[in-house]
Amino acid sequence: MTRLCIAFDRLRAEEKMLKSEAESLGCQALMLDAKTAVSSTDSAPGDVIPGGRCDVVLERCVSYFRGLHMTSLLESLDVRVINAYAVAAACGNKMMMTLRLRRAGVPTPKTHFALSAEAAESVMKGAGYPLVIKPVVGSWGRGVVPIRGPDTLAAILEARSVTDGPFDRIFYLQEVIRRSEDAEGRTRDIRVITVGGEPVSAMYRMSAGGGFRANLALGGDPVACKMTPEMAELASAASDAVGGGILGVDMMEREDGRLVVHEVNNTVEFKGISKVSERNIPEAMVQFAVDAARK
Amino acid sequence: MNCPECDAGLAIPDDAEVAEIVSCPDCGADYEIAGRDGSDVKLKQAETVGEDWGE
Repeated sequence: MTRLCIAFDRLRAEEKMLKSEAESLGCQALMLDAKTAVSSTDSAPGDVIPGGRCDVVLERCVSYFRGLHMTSLLESLDVRVINAYAVAAACGNKMMMTLRLRRAGVPTPKTHFALSAEAAESVMKGAGYPLVIKPVVGSWGRGVVPIRGPDTLAAILEARSVTDGPFDRIFYLQEVIRRSEDAEGRTRDIRVITVGGEPVSAMYRMSAGGGFRANLALGGDPVACKMTPEMAELASAASDAVGGGILGVDMMEREDGRLVVHEVNNTVEFKGISKVSERNIPEAMVQFAVDAARK
Repeated sequence: MNCPECDAGLAIPDDAEVAEIVSCPDCGADYEIAGRDGSDVKLKQAETVGEDWGE
């Protein structure tokens, strides 16, 4: 019997679905609340994993840095973690993720990187408005703002100078992808879930309230999407580019129909896509973990 | 059980598990189930959404 551990810090529907599927597939499901885990340089796996040991861990922390450190800890104890640290680190930072897509030749929006406010202003002068600014670490569409003119740019630079966090000096500025709108003025993007490089399911995410962001966390609607060969090929290529595992690959359709991959998500949420998918997504994830544990 | 913040009634599902989040329908405060022994449920304040939260 495979002992499958689910490491989490907020027990959401997704983690409960994974636990249920693990038990349905005959695994022993061990739940590890990362908030309560403690360890030291003398620790053994049994000091961290509930019940003493496990064959594989699905890392599901909603906090990126907590998940990253938990993965590092477990891998240092020779515990197999999905996704691996290198994958999580690459996906959790948009600049790292974009550079990997670029290196692998995966079509992605043109993106500028600047490491100071002055350099960001220089980028804007050279590339021209509009560009979309995105925090390099963060999710759910927070802080993603189209910069349409100097006033918006000045406001963002000032706000960042006040907060002055370590990532506030890193500027990720991306071309605006012009997309078709439906009758209600909504745009859409595409989320493909990949498991071990295989595209398992796709959905459209419709932007809410006429905004340009389609994140379900912001009220976007999941809509069933028939996966095309191009979507499948791009999703697999994006998965390979960051090191594989269980991922959510986000794409946009240019007005001419060509697809670009704008994001690869590490701790992918799947409650929304499960409502419109014909595949049992958590089952595919657990089966992948079980197979990985046997290798 | 009542909301520690605003005293409104909190409906905690019978199948709610430890570490699950329950929200107050009146004030919106989030609580994490810290422990349960049958119908005896212990709550603690849930973590607030962090800058690095997400997928």
